[in-house]
Amino acid sequence: MNFKLILNIAQSLLLARWKQTLVAAIGVTFSIAMFITLLSFMTGLNDLLDGLILNRTPHIRLYNEIKPNKYQPVNLTSEYKDHYNFIQSVKSGNSRQEIYNNAAIMQALASDKRVMGFSPKITAQVFFNDGTVDITGVINGIEVQAENKLFHFNDYITAGRGPDLSKVSNSIVLGKGLAEKLLADIGDMVQVTTAKGERFQLKVVGYFQSGIGEYDKVQCYASVSTIQKLIGKTSNYITDVQIKLTDVMAAPAVAKEYARLFNVDAEDIQTANSQFETGSFIRTLISYAVGITLLIVAGFGIYNILNMMIYEKMDSIAILKATGFSGRDVKRVFLLIALSIGFSGGLVGLLMGFIFSSAIDQIPFNTAALPTIKTYPINYNPVFYLIGSSFSLITTYLAGLFPARKASKVDPVIIIRGK
Amino acid sequence: MSDIILEALKINKDFHDPVTVRVLTDINFSVDKGEFVSVTGKSGCGKSTLLYILSTMDTDYEGELLIDNEPVRTKKEAQLARIRNEKIGFVFQFHYLLNEFTVLKNVMLPGLKLNRYSEKEVEQRAMEKLKMLGIEQLALKNANRVSGGEKQRVAIARALINDPYIIMGDEPTGNLDKKNSEIVFDIFKRLAEEFNQTLLIVTHDQGFARRTHRIIEMEDGRIIH
Repeated sequence: MNFKLILNIAQSLLLARWKQTLVAAIGVTFSIAMFITLLSFMTGLNDLLDGLILNRTPHIRLYNEIKPNKYQPVNLTSEYKDHYNFIQSVKSGNSRQEIYNNAAIMQALASDKRVMGFSPKITAQVFFNDGTVDITGVINGIEVQAENKLFHFNDYITAGRGPDLSKVSNSIVLGKGLAEKLLADIGDMVQVTTAKGERFQLKVVGYFQSGIGEYDKVQCYASVSTIQKLIGKTSNYITDVQIKLTDVMAAPAVAKEYARLFNVDAEDIQTANSQFETGSFIRTLISYAVGITLLIVAGFGIYNILNMMIYEKMDSIAILKATGFSGRDVKRVFLLIALSIGFSGGLVGLLMGFIFSSAIDQIPFNTAALPTIKTYPINYNPVFYLIGSSFSLITTYLAGLFPARKASKVDPVIIIRGK
Repeated sequence: MSDIILEALKINKDFHDPVTVRVLTDINFSVDKGEFVSVTGKSGCGKSTLLYILSTMDTDYEGELLIDNEPVRTKKEAQLARIRNEKIGFVFQFHYLLNEFTVLKNVMLPGLKLNRYSEKEVEQRAMEKLKMLGIEQLALKNANRVSGGEKQRVAIARALINDPYIIMGDEPTGNLDKKNSEIVFDIFKRLAEEFNQTLLIVTHDQGFARRTHRIIEMEDGRIIH
């Protein structure tokens, strides 16, 4: 009703004490800016660290585990059904690692809407023969295109070209650490011995660096067909299917469904890498805690300044009340002052937060472990800006509420007679 | 001339801190429309206390108070604020202008709060009141930039802005020199005689009181005359 008048009074009181107001607003600006910067940087770093593993981890992996058969013959016979059977020295059977009927499985995956993409994979244990020394290694047979689309394969190729794997026959991409051990340059031939004792010559077309040293000393990549040749299998031999889903949270449920449907083992990302989620969760929690603490401190700043203003303006409050302004009007005036400090300080804070995080984004950050990263990582998630702005309004509102209530309860008689 | 604007019925008041002391005892009187009444008495006789009860700002009393034949004792804070805004004008001993605003804006504020007229009209009315009191040249000055006597005239203009039923004054000349006191008294007299404005002024200045239409004399919390 009288909003314009209330606004006008609030504005005049603000301007009359513009230095104090500015200090309060700067407090809010600083805390919001730090909140935004801290969270952007922290979650950027989190995403980077998680990405190290999670980017290259399928949401669901279909495979056949080598394990003892659950259904031992003695348990299946009706004669001993009511007995408790002790079986000792159970060994894993010669069940195959191959995924049966994988063409049909892949067809089913291709038509499943929840699946973003999938790529087949074969893993083979080999020895690299370097003079008299044999170095153990694992060669992953991959479909380069699918692998690149889902797991950013080419990002981790530091020398040579990833796509050459599918173009050059009998080619291999060596892990950086392994290549250094073998002293193999791009274009060189390396000799491998398979677990079955067969020898092959493979041409090095690139180096791969994942950022995890131990991994790079062992892992190599070749095309699926090269591996099939290497271990003497037909072109429908596949040991793993790696699946990425559109919604990563659905992975555990979908994994269970696929395990039943395709009669294979299925491992979901949450089970395989639960420690990463815990780590990021705690880091994010700490950032939020620090950010919100900053905001609360700024809230106390506003509380103090408003309290001081109310003591200074006792006379004005008394006269406003004597001339017909109700306690509610007075309360509104001071709430409006608090909120406008919060709003303007918060707005500038959002801007400063964006500028700070952009500045951090420009700082060079080169580390051997992370070949694709050139500057510090920043996550420009609009959610942080939303939280920051709403929190600045909420804390300033609360900080203003108590002084405003106090102002609304000022008894004009005491002030006017007290003179 | 028998319209009663303000009527006090059996008003008693105690101060409770630190011990209970009766400061007003059995106050009964009424003010008619157009009357120029002064309340006098020695310091501490309760005349200011009475004024703040009559002004609705002090609500801690026994008895009944009628403003414009309406009982106000049971009304809520916001309703009392509305009554003060609409029906009562105040002039205090200390001038109590809002230093953040210009003289004109100070006069306009209660008018804007009442919201009966548009901002333009309120401004025009405020200028008229200032002109009537001969201080229109101060309109755009900041409130803390005018002299004490001028401030008191601004306060009177502010009290007049909503055409109140009654103007109350608490020692309005108590802080002014002889010349300015004369000016303020003349304004009150003119308001009462030319504009038929009801006035209730608390003062300990006998010279001032003697020239009003009616004197209410208090002693020890009672009306004695």
